[in-house]
Amino acid sequence: MAKLNLDRDMIDSCRELAGDITHPMLVYINRHSTIAIERSVLRLLGFDDVMEGPDGMPYPVCNLITEKLDRKRLYHGVATFVAAIKKRYPRWNQSKIAEKFIRGEVNVDKLEEISAEEALLVLRPWIDRAIRHIDKMRYKKEEMREKYSSARTPLKYVIVATGNIHEDVKHAVAGVRQGADIIAVIRSTAQSLLDYVPHGVTTEGFGGTYATQENFKIMRAALDEVAKKEKRYVRLCNYSSGLCMPEIAVIGAMEGLDYLLNDAMYGILFRDINMKRTLIDQFFSRVIIARAGITINTGEDNYLTTVDAFDNHHQVLSSHFINESFAKQAGLRDDQIGLGHAFEMNPTIEDSIALEIGMAQLVREVFPRCPIKYMPPTKYKSGDIFFSHVMDAMYNLVGVMTNQDIQLLGMATESNHNPHLQDRFWSLKNASYIFHGARSLSDELVFSANGKIMRHARQVLDRTYKFLKQVSNTSLLDSIERGMFADISRTKEGGRGYDGVFEKSRRYFNPFLDLMLSGQNRGGRRD
Amino acid sequence: MINRGNQDRGNNRSGNKGHDTKRAPYTGYDDLKEKMPTEVKAYGDHRDDGAIQLSFTLPMPCCEEAKIAAQTLVEKMGFQKVNVIYTEAMGPCFTFFVVYGCSDVVVDLTKIEVPKLDFPNYSYEQVNGLIKEKIGRKLVVLGACIGTDAHTVGIDAIFNMKGYMGDYGLERYTSMQAINLRAQVSTKQLIEKIVALQADAVLISRVVTQRDEHIDVLKEFIQELEQEKEVASNLIKICGGPRISHQLAKELGFDAGFGPGTKPSHVASYIADESIKRLAR
Repeated sequence: MAKLNLDRDMIDSCRELAGDITHPMLVYINRHSTIAIERSVLRLLGFDDVMEGPDGMPYPVCNLITEKLDRKRLYHGVATFVAAIKKRYPRWNQSKIAEKFIRGEVNVDKLEEISAEEALLVLRPWIDRAIRHIDKMRYKKEEMREKYSSARTPLKYVIVATGNIHEDVKHAVAGVRQGADIIAVIRSTAQSLLDYVPHGVTTEGFGGTYATQENFKIMRAALDEVAKKEKRYVRLCNYSSGLCMPEIAVIGAMEGLDYLLNDAMYGILFRDINMKRTLIDQFFSRVIIARAGITINTGEDNYLTTVDAFDNHHQVLSSHFINESFAKQAGLRDDQIGLGHAFEMNPTIEDSIALEIGMAQLVREVFPRCPIKYMPPTKYKSGDIFFSHVMDAMYNLVGVMTNQDIQLLGMATESNHNPHLQDRFWSLKNASYIFHGARSLSDELVFSANGKIMRHARQVLDRTYKFLKQVSNTSLLDSIERGMFADISRTKEGGRGYDGVFEKSRRYFNPFLDLMLSGQNRGGRRD
Repeated sequence: MINRGNQDRGNNRSGNKGHDTKRAPYTGYDDLKEKMPTEVKAYGDHRDDGAIQLSFTLPMPCCEEAKIAAQTLVEKMGFQKVNVIYTEAMGPCFTFFVVYGCSDVVVDLTKIEVPKLDFPNYSYEQVNGLIKEKIGRKLVVLGACIGTDAHTVGIDAIFNMKGYMGDYGLERYTSMQAINLRAQVSTKQLIEKIVALQADAVLISRVVTQRDEHIDVLKEFIQELEQEKEVASNLIKICGGPRISHQLAKELGFDAGFGPGTKPSHVASYIADESIKRLAR
């Protein structure tokens, strides 16, 4: 229900400006690829093993292959190279190709030059197998969602982060029994900065659990099982961000994840990932995510942890428009774009809760069909877990009365430790009570015309328009360089992973980009 | 914990009179010396009742046995008059408890000594003025998150030009050459930088503290620093983070530790004050 009486023309103008901002970036993105995208292509083609690397440690074969491959050949796309080997040795499977090439037993110079058309023909069975598998996982999720009707929004999203996937399962199952609808497995600290995806089941992590294909599988199976018992579908979330952004998108698609945090802006600003690298990676990730029926979650909420939430909400809203534009270009539908914002105002501001209602309602009304992800207070939380619990209650009330879709539940012990089992329990109990008790509040309430809430919301929209105009005049990359987002400045060639960016050659070939983006080879949409 | 009382620079938005959840609690030892008892027991609603509340989880189904188990557990901790006031199942395998008990344990306050960081609180202008006058050159200040910790929120809040909570960051101080190396800096790289730039002070931030990893990393830094002969002997070593106290910092071999709620001007004042003191020695 529209309550803020917003200027729709201004919202349309913001969307147009976002298009102006993303357009030149998309031109750049189309002309480039990255080492992470090439590794993802290998994963999709079935190169998902590990082998011993030069330092004697096991590494994914997709890393070993892309690192060994001469850069000049990589410019044509790793799929072109694989197709050339496959053409010469038709009976070799993926592990044979990997093994032979990594050991230096393939005479690369003897390989025929191969056109994109021919490469597509040679690799077709492997390509189709990957796409069929992703579609199958998507249908399975859709069937489950239909069979066990979803909980009502806001969906209750909790994190598990023990470091040990088996222990995570215990926490997750207990959380679901207590009412959680979404389980996110927080990754080990600094996994976003690793330039490879760890392999296998892991039981050791710092501040979280490594995102690996095997760990995804274990958690997915556990959640499906508890969903059957509870007759309620449970969504699984992980993080497609950092230096392996597209690879996590691939394994997330393969293992039937529901949500992936996916936001280049977050990586640039908060993880110092090179901006060009991660924007290129983001596009391909989102193409895969779109196909897999996964919903992205964006990370604009984080801006409000470095800048003041009262003064800077327009940065968040502006970034939503930009993120939406990028997402749509990669084929995501509205219901797959989970834009993130947060309840982070200084609690000592008079009317802070009223103003939070206004901001949450603003995001809701500007993106009426997107599943909005609302993040809890963190910045002003301290060891006073009792006060923190009250803040979370207010946050939950604002979430339900402004129809947020995804409510990442706050923890009373935030800023002290990763949630203990009982912390999650209090938090879920808090949210269940408030969501239930205030279920119809949003239908019952209207805001006073020209009251404090409405005026502030309009002012933020106005500032958003001006900010977008400024970014559009400056260009996205220059705006980031000038520290216009979250007061953090990054340089175009700085940050991690820039050496993994390259310009595509004229005969560059990435079968998945073309097939998935055009929606070809698709077994009928179910929605 | 560092008590900063009410020393804001005054350019914060209005409404700062209420309690600021970020600031360390006001302890007021100096003003209340005469009220300091010589020994204490926990306090519920009257002196020496020893009442303490506990909440915890047991990995067992919620049943009568669980309640007895919780009761016994708390009794074994030495509590008396144990009262399990709440139990609830958290899924099939875990139970949550709220328990009250009384403890006879007495703490002798005359035996407690807490190292406290004592320095004046200068303003931005005062720090710049003092360093210019008493030291006569820019102080080189390095900052980093060492180890695998990728959370630069803390170090950025102290260093970034714009500052934090309306308080300018060290990069803006005209009396300092402040260099923020940010995240994922190895101990070795940091020490190399300290030597190369002849740093006057180094700040290390640790946010992630799982399994006390921060303690190992900070210890390792001090150990390796001691090995390096070219480090200026008067280097001021500072660490900070949500779980870091001045006491912990001293134990680990740092000169100072800053906990949550620290503003850039606190750190700047300390660096200025300490540098001037050291110069005088």
